[in-house]
Amino acid sequence: MRNNIKLFSTSILAIATVFLIPVCANAQQNNAPKAIDAPMSAFTLAPLPYAYDALEPAIDTQTMTIHHDKHHQAYVDNLNKAIAANPALGGQSLDQLIVKAGTLPPAVRNNAGGHWNHTFFWDSMAPVAKSGTPSPALNAAIISSFGSMDNFKAEFKKAGLGRFGSGWVWLIVGADGKLAITSTPNQDNPLMDIAEVKGTPLLGNDMWEHAYYLKYQNKRGDYIDAWWQVVNWDAVSKRYASVTKK
Amino acid sequence: MAFELPALPYADDALEPHYSANTFSYHHKKHHNTYVVNLNNLIKDTEFEGKTLVEIILASAGKNPGVFNNSAQVWNHTFFWNSMSPNGGGAPTGAIADKIAADFGSYDNFVTEFKNAGATQFGSGWAWLVLGTDGKLKVTKTPNAETPLTAGEKPIITCDVWEHAYYLDYQNLRPKFLEVFLEKLVNWEFANEMLAGKEFSGDK
Repeated sequence: MRNNIKLFSTSILAIATVFLIPVCANAQQNNAPKAIDAPMSAFTLAPLPYAYDALEPAIDTQTMTIHHDKHHQAYVDNLNKAIAANPALGGQSLDQLIVKAGTLPPAVRNNAGGHWNHTFFWDSMAPVAKSGTPSPALNAAIISSFGSMDNFKAEFKKAGLGRFGSGWVWLIVGADGKLAITSTPNQDNPLMDIAEVKGTPLLGNDMWEHAYYLKYQNKRGDYIDAWWQVVNWDAVSKRYASVTKK
Repeated sequence: MAFELPALPYADDALEPHYSANTFSYHHKKHHNTYVVNLNNLIKDTEFEGKTLVEIILASAGKNPGVFNNSAQVWNHTFFWNSMSPNGGGAPTGAIADKIAADFGSYDNFVTEFKNAGATQFGSGWAWLVLGTDGKLKVTKTPNAETPLTAGEKPIITCDVWEHAYYLDYQNLRPKFLEVFLEKLVNWEFANEMLAGKEFSGDK
């Protein structure tokens, strides 16, 4: 009987929590369209900015569906759980959490990183017909830093292939204002205080096997080659403009 | 003498439907083989050439990431193939059963700990049952290519939780894969041999 009462009150608490969070999230959405990064609410998963099959054939529909609906959703859910277990970290935006990753419990760091990186990744891609081209300023910066677009792509691929285990490969703007390529393990990223090479990401490609295994299996290099077709150069160019404006 | 890809200890479809021939066609013939090829290329004309696989793992740990990652991954995969059997899964028998009961309290406790270790290894890595330096069994997990060998522990069983180990058969459902591994695949006969102190070279 005693156990039943305890179980009952735990359930009430769980139900209350489930209902409270969406209320808070809705309140946020009224004032701030970008609720994904809004403080004070539970983090939520935004829909993909295109259809699940929009990146075919470079990235297949099944991979996009599982990657977004299962993997990314799990990072969001686990981030909310980790924040609930560490109430002192409540009310902070994703960006605020990311920059102090080194001080966070692993569950917060890993899931905050997973949420940030995947959101950035979806926004870094577009259907082939809408993928655009690098702006003149970005193109000039790439040629200045890497010699040519082909060399840039070759170095990016080498860094991606060289990331042993799970992780990400990035094009960043460093503190010196120059472009650089770097890679991070697991769900870390170059904005984190613990990153070996820090900078502002312009472009990131997911080197976790879940990003490509159903279609490319062990051929990570083929995945990276095909991925260039769906890079959203308009988005990357806008990010570069926004960094260089500062 | 260059290393060769160790053969699977069973046919590549022997673990169907729990672990598919399709997965083995990549996991064994591509991933495992790539580690063997990379290792041979990396150690040619170096201090590591001519050493045993375990000697290379221990000598390169913390010093030469390329040699360590590839040598440890050759060993880890061979050990993983042997940790599974077409007649495997379920509660153990023999000395390992008694030792698990003694050191974990019960087989169910071991199952809970092992599943938890595999599910919480963030990113790529391995879940292990090892004989610790204190003579007791314990569950542990390692990232990427890391192995309990470098801590002086004796591996008894392992389960590969790199996504490539299960993604074609289970996709994002790693906990389901760990459950099937324990219920249908784990090779307790091999575990008993390891517990009895048999050496495992990892290169055949």
